[in-house]
Amino acid sequence: MHIMYFTEQPMATYPADKGLEFGATALMFSNSHFDPAEGSRLYNEYIEQYVLAETVGFDGIMLNEHHNAPFCMQAKANIFAALLAGLTKRVKIVMLGNPLPLAENPIRLAEELAMIDMISKGRLVSGFVRGGGQEQLAVGVNPAFNRERFEEAHDLIVKAWTQPGPFRWEGTHYQHRVVNPWAVPLQKPYPRVWVPGVISRETVIWAAQHRYPYIALNTTVEQTQKIWKLYDDTAAEVGFQGGPEYHGYLKQVHVAETEEKALENARQFTWMQGEFTGLAHPVWSTPAGYSSPENRRGFVEFSTGRGTSPRKRPTFDEQIRDNMIIAGTPKTVIAKLRQVMEATRPGIMALWANDGAVSHADSLTCIRLFGEEVLPALRETAKALDLKSPFEAETPVSLDYSTDLAPRVAAAE
Amino acid sequence: MAAPLEWQESHVAVAGLQLRLRRAGSGAPLLVLHRDIGTPDQLPIYVALAERYDLLLPEHPGYGASERAAWMRHPRDLAAVYQGLLAALDIPRASLLGLGFGGWIAAEMASLAPRDFEKLVLVGPMGFKPPQGDILDQALVSHIDYARAGFHEQKAFEAVYGAEPSTDQLVEWDLCREMNFRLAWKPYMHSQTLPHLLGAIRAPALVVWGGEDKVVPISAADRVMAGLVGARLAVVPACGACVEMEKPAEFARLVTDFIG
Repeated sequence: MHIMYFTEQPMATYPADKGLEFGATALMFSNSHFDPAEGSRLYNEYIEQYVLAETVGFDGIMLNEHHNAPFCMQAKANIFAALLAGLTKRVKIVMLGNPLPLAENPIRLAEELAMIDMISKGRLVSGFVRGGGQEQLAVGVNPAFNRERFEEAHDLIVKAWTQPGPFRWEGTHYQHRVVNPWAVPLQKPYPRVWVPGVISRETVIWAAQHRYPYIALNTTVEQTQKIWKLYDDTAAEVGFQGGPEYHGYLKQVHVAETEEKALENARQFTWMQGEFTGLAHPVWSTPAGYSSPENRRGFVEFSTGRGTSPRKRPTFDEQIRDNMIIAGTPKTVIAKLRQVMEATRPGIMALWANDGAVSHADSLTCIRLFGEEVLPALRETAKALDLKSPFEAETPVSLDYSTDLAPRVAAAE
Repeated sequence: MAAPLEWQESHVAVAGLQLRLRRAGSGAPLLVLHRDIGTPDQLPIYVALAERYDLLLPEHPGYGASERAAWMRHPRDLAAVYQGLLAALDIPRASLLGLGFGGWIAAEMASLAPRDFEKLVLVGPMGFKPPQGDILDQALVSHIDYARAGFHEQKAFEAVYGAEPSTDQLVEWDLCREMNFRLAWKPYMHSQTLPHLLGAIRAPALVVWGGEDKVVPISAADRVMAGLVGARLAVVPACGACVEMEKPAEFARLVTDFIG
């Protein structure tokens, strides 16, 4: 099993009451509430926490980015990836990921990622995402072409990484006279690509069609099992067998020296004020054309207050009860994580350990306890359950680079 | 309210698409180009206009029951499609009535074929960057709030859409919104080239603006009037962007007085 550390890099020192008063903590929530002195302190604390995560034994550090929102201070995940490439020696640097549709020039991304891969001596996992709905508005990218841009940018980056340049690209959304980046990745044929997501069926299917592992982001056990079924069915259609080495799972898990302290800090997972990505404005989080057509009715009902958010989270107590948030001493956390691992059988586990206003000291304690007590137990559980990571299973990087494909089976009617 | 208009509905093949067309009345042909929020089938203004004209009300591709054109990228594409529609219907010389976003399409059509149109009526047309203020960004407001912003008197909005528009209506507005993004995302709802092309238009033009337009700032009228040689501007007081829905009787008079 591959176990990685994650934090959203929250900027928790903004005035939360102002966010509640405004009614949203993204996009239009004024950056006059951002304090760069606090930002400087927090960025440096996060670096220290990541370095400790490597020291205590995590296999990877997961990075992401968001825009115009206090719940995530990373406006460019590749900056932290570059830092970690130089500051760490062993951990995988797992981008989950670069939001491809936001890129006006995917070749720049290909170059940056190649540099990160070389500086880290081949430790890059280059996940790609579509970006959240409000991100499209923050960056000014057309939400109606989000999926088309995602797929085309991916194809262009993979070609830039694997085919000798120069070549020309005349695509629908991207046109490049000369594609010939001097920097190319160290890992061959190219760095592993993992694809995270929450509710879009299309993304699960796309990941499986490319044989890229799919990382379910903080979904319920039931949702996760449905995602794996869809993934594995698609895998069978394209000729490989799915299973744990293609299944990743992000869980909110906080560990502390006492149950009380752990629960107190775990409440910070709801610091985002109810939604998965901040206190979302229903219109901005789902611009027209961004979501699957099948979700259109649900989102327009939500946007006018007639329906609940398709992304809505239950109360804190319900999330604790249902193991959506796991918190406690190492002993409690180990037992609960075992239940989750038995029910969902992931080969990649991302532990979203610290959020909101959890102090630097408590974050460091949490990371240390993970390393000393939780990670060894998780590895034992993974061994007992035969949960292998893509690295352990030595899976091919993608479908196109597979040599073991079964003949395609017809899609189930 | 007058009896509902009996539309003759058909689908016309244009540019590889099945374009939904509603047609009613008789007289000189008047092509109505609807707003970026689509249009209801029945409006008092349609009844009034059908008494004088051969009223043609197509639905923009992708905005409702018309087939979406995945390839479309700009309102100028719609202008070409509607030239194709008139050709397919063998109508050599129509008048154009463009409402808001439809006004942008109408201005594109007339600038591309300056001699082809009898009369041109633009109502709070999009397509022109206002010298003061910005065109209201629908991406940041709910579907209902955006539609409501088109009306000065909210009772007028409710008379058309109801106080609580149906979920079906919301879904339709979301489809419209997606198409608006596909066609006019950036620069948002205006063209940087159209103002320079208006001068070629030979058709007499009437530009109508709601005095309380909250969607397209009335300052944009300066740009339109600067480009359209000899055009007349009529500002309807105490009225929002959707003049044809908010003040249908007054608007019908303006149109019939102008077109004849």
